[in-house]
Amino acid sequence: MELLQTFEQMLGPAWVPVWTLVKILAIVLPLMGCVAYLTLAERKIIGWMQVRMGPNRVGYGWLQPIADAVKLMFKEIIIPSGANKALFFLGPVLSIMPALAAWAVIPFTDTLVLANVDAGLLYVMAITSLGVYGVVVAGWASNSKYAFLGALRSSAQIVSYEIAMGFALVGVLMSAQSLNLVEIVEAQKGGFWQWYWLPLFPMFLVYLISGVAETNRAPFDVAEGESEIVAGFHIEYSGMAFAVFFLAEYANMILIAALTSIMFLGGWLSPFPGIPDGFIWLAAKMSFVLFLFLWFRATFPRYRYDQIMRLGWKVFIPVTLVWLVLEGAFMQTPLGYLFH
Amino acid sequence: METAAVAEIRNYTMNFGPQHPAAHGVLRLVLELDGEVVERADPHIGLLHRATEKLAEHKTFLQSVPYMDRLDYMSMTMNEHAYCMAVEKLLGIEPPIRAKYIRVMFDEITRLLNHLLWLGTHGLDVGAMTIFLYCFREREDLMDVYEAVTGARMHAAYYRPGGVYRDLPDCMPQFKAEAGHKDLDYLNANRQGSVLDFIEDFTKRFPALVDEYETLLTDNRIWKQRTVGIGVVTPERAKQLGFTGPMLRGSGFAWDLRKMQPYAAYEHMDFEIPVGKNGDCYDRYLVRVEEMRQSNRIIAQCVDWLKKNPGPVIIENHKIAPPGREAMKSNMEELIHHFKLFTEGMHVPEGEAYAAVEHAKGEFGVYIVSDGANKPYRLKLRAPGFPHLAAMDEMARGHMIADVVAIIGTMDIVFGDIDR
Repeated sequence: MELLQTFEQMLGPAWVPVWTLVKILAIVLPLMGCVAYLTLAERKIIGWMQVRMGPNRVGYGWLQPIADAVKLMFKEIIIPSGANKALFFLGPVLSIMPALAAWAVIPFTDTLVLANVDAGLLYVMAITSLGVYGVVVAGWASNSKYAFLGALRSSAQIVSYEIAMGFALVGVLMSAQSLNLVEIVEAQKGGFWQWYWLPLFPMFLVYLISGVAETNRAPFDVAEGESEIVAGFHIEYSGMAFAVFFLAEYANMILIAALTSIMFLGGWLSPFPGIPDGFIWLAAKMSFVLFLFLWFRATFPRYRYDQIMRLGWKVFIPVTLVWLVLEGAFMQTPLGYLFH
Repeated sequence: METAAVAEIRNYTMNFGPQHPAAHGVLRLVLELDGEVVERADPHIGLLHRATEKLAEHKTFLQSVPYMDRLDYMSMTMNEHAYCMAVEKLLGIEPPIRAKYIRVMFDEITRLLNHLLWLGTHGLDVGAMTIFLYCFREREDLMDVYEAVTGARMHAAYYRPGGVYRDLPDCMPQFKAEAGHKDLDYLNANRQGSVLDFIEDFTKRFPALVDEYETLLTDNRIWKQRTVGIGVVTPERAKQLGFTGPMLRGSGFAWDLRKMQPYAAYEHMDFEIPVGKNGDCYDRYLVRVEEMRQSNRIIAQCVDWLKKNPGPVIIENHKIAPPGREAMKSNMEELIHHFKLFTEGMHVPEGEAYAAVEHAKGEFGVYIVSDGANKPYRLKLRAPGFPHLAAMDEMARGHMIADVVAIIGTMDIVFGDIDR
């Protein structure tokens, strides 16, 4: 602490940006590490589910993500001749930017949060909605029919699932009576049965499944749909430009896992009274949600694009709306405490 | 003109393939799309054309056998079977009964190989990844059988006019100790006996494994949404389009050459023909899965018979089949036979013959015209996949791109036999 104060006096007015930058790096760098090892975890876990080994050569598999990253960095980024160069490079940037920026308001514990803003939930909603622009821009700028179809599918899908997700979160904010993520978690205090997954169970399911759709993961991976439109919006990308999309997808997965844990699974709170809370609980809950993501991918066939839309508009949005009304009505009765 | 004010709206034309993960080889499909809806599907073929029919005109009858493997390279021995049957018909010979049973067994093993590959790739096309690896696990065992018996994992070149190349070996190759094989005893547990023992063990394991595949797919809501009502072909239309095999049976026709005009030892076999109802992708899926169970039954019956009945596996006529090594080394006449057979080849009497087998994909037929020389005057192949692919437009019209993939999968297309 004294050391920090010394630095603060040394830097003077430059202190605030420098200290913020340090904090940002302290979030982003471990996040990138998590992304790298999430890819390894995915390949290993799906490998075991599919009676095979998964990567086991580079450092017994443990160095595989690093080898992949190095390989992608040294590969040429091929720009298709008809592509719009500026937008072609803007695409990956647009998709990774929100995936990282959303972490600014994610509370890791009750005190460990970069920006404890009151409208944290709104901020998250706003920022994550931006991610789709990266996909759309990339699909359009590539000047490829496959990429264009991918972009179309992705925009339609994300726009419709955004609404279901939004309504699911409205349920949370009604229960917590706050948009501040720290307060949302604090409102769930009291153990496993007090977390919002129970009173808001339909919302929880809708949010989780919409999250899978939002991140373009199987069985909702129609924007990539490798057996239909080959790789969809990033078909023309190679090298690091492709890797950035890849990073964005996995960063988004981790983000959705974090948000699900915070909104519905009590964030850093421990499931049993008496056991201390802490970041380890958040990590465990996120790992569980991420495992579900991988499990889905190994198990389910891919939805067709129109079926996804149907599921979003005709099932999820009505379910959330009905539950919102029910929740609102119940909160006016003596039984309202069930929802708090 | 009034229409000038309206923006010209054109459909999107897209090249689906020939380099496409779901094109199953080199299918080039020109799709005309209205949004994602297919307005017209135009399959282009010929990218894998190797002129098998023409090549056969310059090869002796024996030399053409391995070319048959490479037609539909997923059902190798069945292609050989049709070819050998056509030649046998011209020669007026019958293979020994044991050879017939071996052929039936290998046909069915091949059908399993084909259907397993089909199920895996169809699943993969529709987005179910795990089924692919499950299926390849079983394919590995069957390919080991192929290798043990014929020496090759895929392109067997095992059938001969007049029988099969050699009898089934008495031992099953085992895994050898090397880095990474820690559980050697476990891996070799079912490889202690003969090849037939190994196959028998497989037939006992296999039904439970099919249950495993079905657990993943049959009642899966997404799988059903993706296949039910997709690519519907009415029974009348299926007949008009020249469909055969599971494509025809999926539409409700119980037509199977193994029952309708039994060849080899099929008349001794006890099996059933699964038939679909609606003629959609899901019914064809169910038909093929049930066919796997029935094939397994046939294999089990063959193993049982083959264990009890030893005997010759190729005819003794040395103008057609080579003499044994020992006889050839000690006997002048056999030596001459051997020399003539492997230089000049067999002479097939003048005439023409058509032989067809119930191939994994449908009716595979070989039509040979012989002018009495040591090679065919003309060879014509009837590939089951060809009429199936020709129905692409009809089946895909009005569906979406993702359904086109499911339809290609359900057709079980292999370009080796479509392009020949």
